[in-house]
Amino acid sequence: MNALERHRKLTTIWASEKGFKGWFSTVNHTDLGRMFLVTAFFFFIIGGLLAMLIRVQLATPHSAFAGPEIYNQIFTMHGTIMMFLFAIPTFEGLAIYLLPKILGTRDLAFPRLTAYGYWCYAFGGSMMLVAMVFGIAPNGGWFMYPPLSSAIYSPGINTDFWLIGITFVEISAIAAAVEITVSILKYRAPGMSLDKMPIFAWYALITALMILTGFPPLILGSVLLEVERAFGFPFFQADLGGDSLLWQHLFWLFGHPEVYIIFLPAAGVISTILPVMCRTTLLGYGWIVAAALALAFLSFGLWVHHMFTTGIPHMGLAFFSAASTLVAVPTGVQIFAWIGTMWKGRPELRLPMLHLLGFFFTFVIGGLTGVMVAVVPFDWQAHDTAFITAHLHYVLFGGFVFPIFAGIYYWLPHVTGRRRFFRLGELAFALVFIGFHVTFLAMHWVGLLGQRRRIPTYAPEDGWTAINLISSVGSFVLAIGIGMILIDVILHVLTASRGRRNPWGAGTLEWAMPTPPLAYNFASLPHITSRDPLVDEPDLAVQLARGEGYLGTPRNTWRETLTVDIASGKPDMHVIYPSNTRLPILMSAVTGVFFVSLLLKFYWTVPVAVIGVALLVWRWVWGLGRGADLAPLSIGHGITLPNAGMTDRSPGWWGSVFLLTANATFFGSLLFGFAFLWTVAPGWPPPVWFDPSMTELGAGLSGAIIGPIAMRLAKSVNGKGRNSVTGATMALFGAILIGVACAAMMWRTPSPVDHAYGATLFVLGSYGLFHACLAMLMTSFLIARIVRGFTSAVRRAEFSIIGLWVDYTSVIGVLVLLAAHLPGVLQ
Amino acid sequence: MLAGAGLIFALVMVLLLLAFRPRADVGDAGDVRVWVIGLGLAFPMAVLAALLAYGLVIGEKLLPLASDDVVRVGAQGRLSTWSFTYADVPNRRTQDVLHIPAARPVDVSITTADVIHSFWVPRLAGKLDAIPGRTNILRIEADLPGTYHGVSAEFSGTGYDHFTFTVIAHDAEDWDAFLNEDIE
Repeated sequence: MNALERHRKLTTIWASEKGFKGWFSTVNHTDLGRMFLVTAFFFFIIGGLLAMLIRVQLATPHSAFAGPEIYNQIFTMHGTIMMFLFAIPTFEGLAIYLLPKILGTRDLAFPRLTAYGYWCYAFGGSMMLVAMVFGIAPNGGWFMYPPLSSAIYSPGINTDFWLIGITFVEISAIAAAVEITVSILKYRAPGMSLDKMPIFAWYALITALMILTGFPPLILGSVLLEVERAFGFPFFQADLGGDSLLWQHLFWLFGHPEVYIIFLPAAGVISTILPVMCRTTLLGYGWIVAAALALAFLSFGLWVHHMFTTGIPHMGLAFFSAASTLVAVPTGVQIFAWIGTMWKGRPELRLPMLHLLGFFFTFVIGGLTGVMVAVVPFDWQAHDTAFITAHLHYVLFGGFVFPIFAGIYYWLPHVTGRRRFFRLGELAFALVFIGFHVTFLAMHWVGLLGQRRRIPTYAPEDGWTAINLISSVGSFVLAIGIGMILIDVILHVLTASRGRRNPWGAGTLEWAMPTPPLAYNFASLPHITSRDPLVDEPDLAVQLARGEGYLGTPRNTWRETLTVDIASGKPDMHVIYPSNTRLPILMSAVTGVFFVSLLLKFYWTVPVAVIGVALLVWRWVWGLGRGADLAPLSIGHGITLPNAGMTDRSPGWWGSVFLLTANATFFGSLLFGFAFLWTVAPGWPPPVWFDPSMTELGAGLSGAIIGPIAMRLAKSVNGKGRNSVTGATMALFGAILIGVACAAMMWRTPSPVDHAYGATLFVLGSYGLFHACLAMLMTSFLIARIVRGFTSAVRRAEFSIIGLWVDYTSVIGVLVLLAAHLPGVLQ
Repeated sequence: MLAGAGLIFALVMVLLLLAFRPRADVGDAGDVRVWVIGLGLAFPMAVLAALLAYGLVIGEKLLPLASDDVVRVGAQGRLSTWSFTYADVPNRRTQDVLHIPAARPVDVSITTADVIHSFWVPRLAGKLDAIPGRTNILRIEADLPGTYHGVSAEFSGTGYDHFTFTVIAHDAEDWDAFLNEDIE
């Protein structure tokens, strides 16, 4: 088979449907990555236009441009869009587009999940836009502090749009994070051990793990606040045992890591591009990975520095002030390692490099003002003034937007296969750079003069008029610059000026393929022996196209790839991907029905949507099964691998591990909230305690013991080639027992609208009941599989996956029941 | 703090510029010890430790320490007005104007009747939040008699921009007059 025949055969197997129909059924990471990026930039433009409206409003004193009702919506939506609909999705899109290519494989771990995540993002984002068009957008600030955001002070639907729309969008963040984690750990080219992984993959891995542990507290907070608004459960009402500070803790437990979730991918882009622009390799690779990890850990210990003015005890302030200054150390390591890289090589002033210099200049200032506000006495003055607004824009624009612009110009030739014809980019950079600094330097100044954030108007006698006008003029220069970048990119895409392969002389694998990339990425997969494969082997692309790597011979109509051992990069499984399908868009539409029903309070359609999602998930997973065993398959070069469905640690198992990590963080945050209210909130103890029942507790605990034992039994019986239906049925019975115990607990809990104690127990109980139902669904699925002959001693992957979920359900079931019954038993 | 930040910024920019200088010995300049351990680890740690110590010492001075001549007042935020009470004159309540004696420490007990607000008189002290169900205590002190401008510094919806108040610091004589209800 020659290269052209191979290309044609692979293209028929891997191609998406032609034309716009393909958008709805594609599961290909290149397509979806591009869709993510285009959508994210659409939201960037919308968010930018809102920023312009803010600057118009503040340009003159006593402005009558927008009334306070509209102005509050504008700044709330500006922050919300930039954070949730631009920054995070841009990371997701970049990682989804780039990772399989840079790791030398053909797609991400769960292609249909990528598509599902995209559609959840698109639908959730559209909900926010609809709210804005009808003038009912969220208006409580992007941080949504109760009680201002509670039903009493914000009775309209505005806040519900935020809580429900953003939770919907966050499904895509969690989906992408699971996907990215498993892909980086398992889906790499053979030979690519962890220490040979491109630096971008390290950053993406750390970011994804941070999303998995950083987003659940916010999702929990949103759920609790929405439940309070809709059903009157007083989680955040001080007079009924709640506490508005609980929201602030949950919000900033997410909100501070969020800053690093935004910065780290950009740092990954810098670490990838900068050495190429300097014709050298990265200085201190290991140190940079360690610094990024340290940053990730430290960032979870900093959230309280957003709450310095809430009356936190003095010792707490000292601790969090120390942690906040400490976080500057790993950032310093990275900055100086990058400058060292530049000293090591010969930096060239090409367009991506200009944006990187813009990053250095801006981000260092943002970091230094950040250290200032970490000093508590200074923060007591600067907090909630325009100084903070200016600081965070230096950090986010410097630390994210400039590197992303560098990345756009760096990878644009890869996406289009073309080269720049018009040279608008340099002028655009100059305008963006000057405009940005004029706008936000002025804002630091006016903040120090005492201008508060989020005020719609000010008086001439405040003395802020000239500075605000300068700031507004700067912002329009900035906007013109960004408009020019947009035009430059569009012209680039439209002008037919063919570029050459690997125009920057990079060493990473994404350039070892024809551009624009093909649906299957690589005709055969490379064997990796160093961090810069293209430097060692400049014509690697040709060798791979000739089929000299792994999996060079297309088999059946299978979309094939392989996975590797996490640490060593030794191939360990053969994988067949699902093909094009409309299942993801359908499922996210039904998920959307669920969220819209909650929003509009059409509660009778909620169960319909839940059942719809359950049926679609069943169909989704059922299609992965095989009716007969598959013998180990050859991947070339004399290696044969078992198919993933014939192993104990399949991709589904890995995906479950990381999804459960996020889930456990959610549950942990819920327990934290319970403990926080119990110990810190005013208005405790509650008027009535839960009446413990040994019968219910006993039933739940026995279910939690039966389930895991029965699953282990089923797995071992199946491994011996015998019928394992008895074990699976026992596991189903165990899940039912947990479910009944949790339902009884919810039924008997003290009235959840009278005190936060009852409200929290009710939510804990529903968490347990939900997981028990999930475990029932899964064990029923397994029984159906066994009965229909889809399992054998070889086809055993599903036993491990479902076993994991049954174990998790048992653990949380026990904790939920103990949290309710134990205090009463002990008294 | 500003001067220190300026120096660090200048250092980074000079190092960046020097990277562009033409040179022959490419490859030797990249030393992990100098860049990562020296500039990346040791340098920030030294600077930050000094800064943190400074911040903590200053913070300690701002604490409401026990003192004989402390005046106690209450400040309650409510959309969109502040009302003030005085421990020394139990029945006295003022709206949007807080009276204090000059040159004496004053402890303000900050509470709220509805949503979260923040009590901030920029020239007298930093800000402290008014949280439902809690009382936060802020120490303020005006060195000289006069009128000081105060604002509510936590976003509280429509009307937030006009949510301000005034602090009047009296000399000893006027303060006595206020306590005797001679001043409205």
